[in-house]
Amino acid sequence: MTEASTARIYGLHMAVVVVLFALNFLLPDYHHGLFARILVLATFAMGYNLLFGYAGLLSLGHAMFFAAGLYGSGLAITYLGFGVSAAFVAGLGCGALLSLVVGLLALRTSGVAFMIVTMMFAQAFVLTIVYFNQWTGGDQGLVLQQASRILTVGNASLDLTAPAVRYLAALLLFAIVLFVTLAIVRSRFGRVLVAIRENEERTRMLGYDTFANKLAAVVLSGVFCAAAGAAYALLFGYVGSNFASVQYSILPLLWVLAGGAATTLGPLVGTVFIYYVTDIASSYTSAWLLIVGAALVLLVLFAPKGILGFVRRRWIGWLP
Amino acid sequence: MAELLTINGLDCFYGEVQVLHGLDLVLNKGEVLCLLGRNGAGKTTTLKAIMGLVPAAAGSISLEGRELSTLAAHEVPKAGVAYVPQGRRLFAEMTVAENIEIGLMARGKGQATREAVLDLFPRLRERLRQRSGTLSGGEQQMLAMARALCLEPQVLLLDEPTEGLMPSMIEKIRETVAKLRGLGVSTILVEQRVEAVLAVADRVAFVENGRNRETMTAEALRADPAAVKRYVGVG
Repeated sequence: MTEASTARIYGLHMAVVVVLFALNFLLPDYHHGLFARILVLATFAMGYNLLFGYAGLLSLGHAMFFAAGLYGSGLAITYLGFGVSAAFVAGLGCGALLSLVVGLLALRTSGVAFMIVTMMFAQAFVLTIVYFNQWTGGDQGLVLQQASRILTVGNASLDLTAPAVRYLAALLLFAIVLFVTLAIVRSRFGRVLVAIRENEERTRMLGYDTFANKLAAVVLSGVFCAAAGAAYALLFGYVGSNFASVQYSILPLLWVLAGGAATTLGPLVGTVFIYYVTDIASSYTSAWLLIVGAALVLLVLFAPKGILGFVRRRWIGWLP
Repeated sequence: MAELLTINGLDCFYGEVQVLHGLDLVLNKGEVLCLLGRNGAGKTTTLKAIMGLVPAAAGSISLEGRELSTLAAHEVPKAGVAYVPQGRRLFAEMTVAENIEIGLMARGKGQATREAVLDLFPRLRERLRQRSGTLSGGEQQMLAMARALCLEPQVLLLDEPTEGLMPSMIEKIRETVAKLRGLGVSTILVEQRVEAVLAVADRVAFVENGRNRETMTAEALRADPAAVKRYVGVG
């Protein structure tokens, strides 16, 4: 990789972040709020993409990592009186621990069995949340009070419920995870993950410990998803068991597939695409799922590698 | 010649089916040893057992006295053995350069190794940016060998490298194996084509029903073509 192409790649990603920053001042209220949510969920999708797109491991249980961050931070605020920063770290810690344990067990399987095992773990997780409803709020969840969502930085206080602060905090998290992801996929570790995806046995025969690399990918992916979950709780003030349901394990898969698996910007593009198709379709008809389904079928037919996969194949071969 | 890789009394199973029955084999330093035998005789299983892909139920596999059969599969290449499987198994979505890079990274090798490997396969140098899945069969075989050689192995295991290739490519592969011998890389070559074996091998081991029935020099085999008929059924 030449210095020129490195500069080009980082320049593109920086430009995307700058555009997203500018949108903070340009978007009307409704879309401003929607985009803040999209940025957090796109971060969730980036975490998913690291494991699915780059390492080739299809999980159907990633909602549990998102929910681990969500509940880790939400419960820490509600019951332990944590501040915003400490609660965010608590959410990350819960995600890291859970993904390590799940990874150690689930990576003993592969293929369809890995999908089933991760889904079973996620189901066990959501049932645990419902079972301990006196603390978790069960199906109804918990609402985090505005007073508990004030971030103190030095002498300054930032109210995370304020739309602009919320948007910029979501953008900061998205940008950090985006550039960390970019660094990972361009690193030795990232290339080994792609090699594992392409042919695990061959990668092992070159002397790579594929289990250790896959476990590291599961943990990193889990931490990114937990970061998104923790941010969601702190920025939107709601912690609910529906975020641990199977629907929230399938959604990041759809976002990544739509945007382009194994592309760094694909999760953002896919999340925006599906969110807006859903939003627009549901404003016209109650049968909006039919329209979303049709859009996905068209995408699979004409751009099976997702939107950015298509762009990379046709026009921008250097897109990471 | 000094012994480099020694296999003693190796038993291997696929499930409950025993494939290798007390197989003995010796690879000397700087030689090309060919395994000949019918389909299902246990040649590929022998290579897989060396690489730790098939566990050894009994017996030993040692490289200069270091036991390999107790190592995890990913540690065998680090011990100095590289494997080019049948069918090449490249990282098809990666470019030629990326395939080589993955090989170099595995043991922290750098530019000097890369250049040495590309000097062996000049055609790959012209195709560095091409996706490996789009290479011809012969070029894919070269890339598979190049990637393995990035590990700078003492022992190279080649499983039917000439399978499905046109004669000019077969000749290039043969030349490369001979060059590697000159560079001190010892090779175990599994081959079906007797004439290809005779062109490059120092010694030939006939594998039948999971046992090494007989090992002879290439010269001795030329003088006794009936041996091929005895163990392989052709000739």
